[in-house]
Amino acid sequence: MVGTAVDEPTQMQSSATVIPPRLEVAEDRRGAGEDFAALPTEISVRKLDFFYGKEQALFGNHIEIKKNRVTAVIGPSGCGKSTHIRAYNRIFNLYRDQKAKGEILFDGANVLSSQIDLLDLRRRIGMIFQKPSPFPMTVFDNVAYGLRQHYRLSRSDLSNRIEDALKRSAIWDEVKDKLHQPGNALSGGQQQRLCIARAIAAEPDVLLMDEPCSAIDPVATAKIEELILTLKSKYTIVLVTHNMQQAARVSDYTAFFFQGRIVEFGPTTKIFSNPAEKQTEEYITGRFG
Amino acid sequence: MSTVELDASPSTGAPRGAAQAAPRGHRLRLGDPIFRVLATACGLALAVAMFGLAGVLVYNSWPAISGLGTSVLTTVAWSPVDHQYGALAALAGTFLSTLVAMVIAVPLALVIALLLVELVHPAVARVVGTAIEMLAAIPSIIFGMVGIFVIVPFIQDKLVPWLLSTPLGSLPGIKPGAQFQGGGVSIFTAGVVLAFMVLPYITAVSRDVLKMVPQVTKEAGYGMGSTTWEVMHKISLRYANSGIVGAVFIGLGRALGETMAVAFLIGSLFTSLPHSLFDPGTSIASLIALTFSEATDKIQVSALIELGLILFLITVVFQILAQAWLRRVQRSTGGRA
Ligand SMILES: Nc1ncnc2c1ncn2[C@@H]1O[C@H](COP(=O)(O)OP(=O)(O)OP(=O)(O)O)[C@@H](O)[C@H]1O
Ligand SMILES: [Mg+2]
Repeated sequence: MVGTAVDEPTQMQSSATVIPPRLEVAEDRRGAGEDFAALPTEISVRKLDFFYGKEQALFGNHIEIKKNRVTAVIGPSGCGKSTHIRAYNRIFNLYRDQKAKGEILFDGANVLSSQIDLLDLRRRIGMIFQKPSPFPMTVFDNVAYGLRQHYRLSRSDLSNRIEDALKRSAIWDEVKDKLHQPGNALSGGQQQRLCIARAIAAEPDVLLMDEPCSAIDPVATAKIEELILTLKSKYTIVLVTHNMQQAARVSDYTAFFFQGRIVEFGPTTKIFSNPAEKQTEEYITGRFG
Repeated sequence: MSTVELDASPSTGAPRGAAQAAPRGHRLRLGDPIFRVLATACGLALAVAMFGLAGVLVYNSWPAISGLGTSVLTTVAWSPVDHQYGALAALAGTFLSTLVAMVIAVPLALVIALLLVELVHPAVARVVGTAIEMLAAIPSIIFGMVGIFVIVPFIQDKLVPWLLSTPLGSLPGIKPGAQFQGGGVSIFTAGVVLAFMVLPYITAVSRDVLKMVPQVTKEAGYGMGSTTWEVMHKISLRYANSGIVGAVFIGLGRALGETMAVAFLIGSLFTSLPHSLFDPGTSIASLIALTFSEATDKIQVSALIELGLILFLITVVFQILAQAWLRRVQRSTGGRA
């Protein structure tokens, strides 16, 4: 675990405890009817700058990601959406010339500090990529990957958890007879849900999704959107999307990025019905690219 | 094939006529059959060359096959003066020296390839990669000579005395046999030099297939909280496994057939089975190379060609086994390269 004896009010529950089902705010009121400040914060980003070599890609990003909510990240291509969420799990650290400055507070610790345990951070902040990325192994082994890596489990416990993760990813019925076939023999949409199952099997707190539906067909997209809505009772979700309808359908809060800056952040209903900034309005009404 | 059948079916008659009316469509339709014929011809030519080779070997070794029967495969010694034409000593030397080479070269090549792809700075990787490719271009006789001047003394003066002073020295396979000549000129030495010769091939091909592992797959691995080592061996190596097996077989084929360097270093003892890796011996390829020009007897020439046929069959069998194994691996992991 990362933090040591941090007793903030925003301290998350340990992943083992079962979170009671939350009362859903009515669909059209999502995000708008609740007191943002009173909600527990999962990740709090302050003054985040990001550099590709000397090229600065993010400028002073500031955002609060609320626990058990879906936060959508929207904005034109190249505005820094992927860059932003790739800082949360420090995946950018794989590349020598990429650097982040500022603070990303998660569970009481700054993710960007050198003391952070990267392996545990990445277990707790799972990531789903644009392109489905099953590992070259069976469906079963794919889902078992994180479990085997981070936990010592008995055989029966392992297969129970795999079944559970696949069920919660709404793919169990489609793969229960194919558990020992290669993961990449599934369809694209199934592969993406397999990747979600793989991520949630490891019991993360947060799921980062970078355009998870852009490489799959509309039916599979609908399934994943539905899945996101059920997953948020247990996980905090950050969803990068190019699809305005998708952001409107599944997210509680929306951040609009433009040229590396967060231009506007607020309840999704407000962003889409009554944006405060002109740039936001122009973007969501499709008036600029 | 299928296109032809489709065209012949009556239901597609009308669109077919329409396509032929357009000259552009007509040309496109010709391109495919021509390409198919060419590809088939090339494939057939390869198959013909392969069977032709086997045929020539069988034809020329027929006097030995019919005259000596299976005795070639059951006799140890190659000793034409005694009318002994046995392949066993040479087979043993071939397998053992190749085994030593692969045991050294495969892990080393994989480690180097993984380092080059995953860990070292790209500029370093480029320099080292080029150096490795140049190593592959060095003629084998040079390896043989360097082996004589560097590896042989090292093994004879340093490695073997040290090994024999440890408990390992009494293990079968290491414990010196009756033919022991100090270990410098031995099957083991030939294997070590073979390892250096096949290393660049295995490394270069493995590196290329490891580079093909999609970045997003590796990122997904790191994203699950894996270490670099875990991503390398659980994801990259599996993803690239069929290509790596291919690389290993390129090396294996080279080691099995290598002639000059082995002839220099293996000791050219044609008449007995080795009792240890540090005994001198011979290999099929070096035995053929060293005795062919002096072979006067018709049966002797024919027996040598039979040895060539045996070597040919061994490589074919290995190739078939490799393919079968690959198919099995791919079915269970979905790995590809
Ligand atoms: N590996 C990289 N090296 C250098 N610059 C990069 C790199 N990746 C992204 N950038 C730059 O950083 C900026 C933000 O890119 P990013 O990929 O975060 O945008 P995005 O909002 O995710 O776009 P898209 O919607 O197309 O995915 C862009 O100007 C891009 O050119
Ligand atoms: Mg992006």
